[in-house]
Amino acid sequence: MYQYDDYDRALVFERVAQFRDQVERFMAGELSDEEFLPLRLQNGLYLQKHAYMLRVAIPYGTLSAEQMRTLASIAADYDRGYGHFTTRQNLQFNWIELAQVPDILERLAQVNMHAIQTSGNCVRNITTEAFAGVAADELIDPRPLAEILRQWSTINPEFLFLPRKFKIAICSAKQDRAAIMMHDIGLYLYPGRDGQMLLRVIVGGGLGRTPILGVQIREGLPWQHLLSYVEAILRVYNRHGRRDNKYKARIKILVKALGIEAFANEVEEEWQHLKDGPAQLTEAEYARVASAFVPPIYHTLADTDLDFGTRLAESPAFARWVARNVQPHKKAGYTSVVLSTKPGLSAPPGDVTGQQMLAVADWSERFGFGEIRIAHEQNIVLPDVKKSDLYELWQLACEHNLGSANVGLLTDIIACPGGDFCALANAKSIPIAQAIQARFANLDYLHDLGDISLNISGCMNACGHHHIGNIGILGVDKNGSEWYQITLGGAQGKHSALGKVIGPSFSAAEVPQVIERIIGTFMRYRESEELFVDTVARIGLEPFKERVYPKALEVSA
Amino acid sequence: MNNLLRLEQGVARQVEDDPWTLIREPEQGRPQGLLILPLAHWLQSPSTHAVWLGPDDDVESVVPWLASLPLIALDFPSFRDGRAYSQAYLLRSRFGWAGELRAIGDVLRDQLSHMRQCGFDSFAVREDKSAEDALKGLAGMSVLYGRSVIEPRPLFRRR
Repeated sequence: MYQYDDYDRALVFERVAQFRDQVERFMAGELSDEEFLPLRLQNGLYLQKHAYMLRVAIPYGTLSAEQMRTLASIAADYDRGYGHFTTRQNLQFNWIELAQVPDILERLAQVNMHAIQTSGNCVRNITTEAFAGVAADELIDPRPLAEILRQWSTINPEFLFLPRKFKIAICSAKQDRAAIMMHDIGLYLYPGRDGQMLLRVIVGGGLGRTPILGVQIREGLPWQHLLSYVEAILRVYNRHGRRDNKYKARIKILVKALGIEAFANEVEEEWQHLKDGPAQLTEAEYARVASAFVPPIYHTLADTDLDFGTRLAESPAFARWVARNVQPHKKAGYTSVVLSTKPGLSAPPGDVTGQQMLAVADWSERFGFGEIRIAHEQNIVLPDVKKSDLYELWQLACEHNLGSANVGLLTDIIACPGGDFCALANAKSIPIAQAIQARFANLDYLHDLGDISLNISGCMNACGHHHIGNIGILGVDKNGSEWYQITLGGAQGKHSALGKVIGPSFSAAEVPQVIERIIGTFMRYRESEELFVDTVARIGLEPFKERVYPKALEVSA
Repeated sequence: MNNLLRLEQGVARQVEDDPWTLIREPEQGRPQGLLILPLAHWLQSPSTHAVWLGPDDDVESVVPWLASLPLIALDFPSFRDGRAYSQAYLLRSRFGWAGELRAIGDVLRDQLSHMRQCGFDSFAVREDKSAEDALKGLAGMSVLYGRSVIEPRPLFRRR
């Protein structure tokens, strides 16, 4: 993991002192609401329905055991004993007192953490995939460049008041698990013919009201130019992005308005002034940062483990968990384990208690190298677990309600906090997620269905990424009551696609039945082991519509 | 009295005797003395007066006059509109403007350090705010990871 040096430490502690002063001035009436707003947002602090919410940055989703324990202590001392992991690999505390925020931030700073730029119209947390550094299909470890970008974008004075928020993701594996097509800038890192690291730069992706997949503007950019190229994009955006309407202010709207060619020309022209200048990355800096991400010292293990094989044969429940929640690893005898935060009725998606955090911290040390990852799907990953330890870890995970064998299945629902917490939401997300999870509680059936992503957002801001769920559910407001619009066919990864709306929206009570009908249609038309998303692509929406909107329902409605 | 702060050799001080008068609406007549005129107005008859640019104005349009302009001001209609930061960068780093670069409009204590980093060297603090208090915001933080107009080398070249 990246270790802070004196500069990094000075920055986070000075930032705490600065914000402490700003909170005091706000509470004393010296700063107006309007003046305080962007200051608190850029320190991760939102005002929600019932209380302040603090969003803590987890850069590229990586945590140490010590950091996880600190999050648990904050949950216990300042919140109601739990936190919520988000789709951008951050953690949100939902019940926060403004006056205590500086103390919380100071506690974070003590373990090299912060909440800087987790909100506001600035460059947000840099994300990558949860299996960075260990995935079997990885090309290059993306974390050094992610950390370099994190530093460069932190309190970069020119780009703190952009037209709108700005999200950057980087990925370097055969599968895109970082959703780079859905980001303001998506970076795909790959080796060139001579082994040099190159970047494919994708721009203008995003969800929200106007979901658009990103478009490539640069291929084969040598890594040394990463910062100057991003600077060029940001300067063009800062100067020309729309500011008259917040719903038209993301870079995707500018790219669409100018056309990708004209936009790319603007960027290229700007970049000509910057390239080969002081922003050009050096080998020394890359080596300095990369040295923090050298692989741990793995044991030399056989790829098969006799005990593990026996356990698999003896326990179908364990075998099912291994089939869904255990990922292949670069090193023989090792795996990466996904701890599901989607147990169903007992906890909303992404919610983790302080006790669970402490347990995960312990497991990361006992069964790994003290490192933990947060996945974009809001689950927790232990990246380096020996096959021979899987059975014991599984039993512990089940005891702590983190052992659901549902990763990638219909009940591994991505959901935003929704109307229960969020002031922007049109509708609740959590009860919908839980009603669907309750309806599909039969694990054998779920496993038979195979991979299906179901994503729920409580409003068109799309924090629950409903557009890219195989099944997407969007909360909408109709005359003051909560309704849900359903899309089918969305997908993330290399074959990213945006879902299509199937028709008029439904009441909350109808949603589980509608999902059941959609799944029923899939089962009827599915060919052998076909994936849900492939069936939808093959047969189109009509068969689903016919079964979801039968004539009888229309009459009774 | 323009509620003005100015950096002189890196030291900030409050300016009591600023000679410049900012003209937002030139149609309503011009007072005597040194004026800061809106870009469109100034371009009609380039003069020894100073010019101010709004965020929609192109900084390139003043480039031919940089040798003779006495002062350039950039307007923040709202402190949340960050275009003037990029305008300042371009004027200083690309077009080599070395004269006074003044922030006007919604100029507040908590953004002064960003403005300073982007090359502003005078700050007309919003009139209802105390310039003396705003002075505390000018220093900002000791660490700059990236680069800026006043520190063109990113931290990795200084670390």
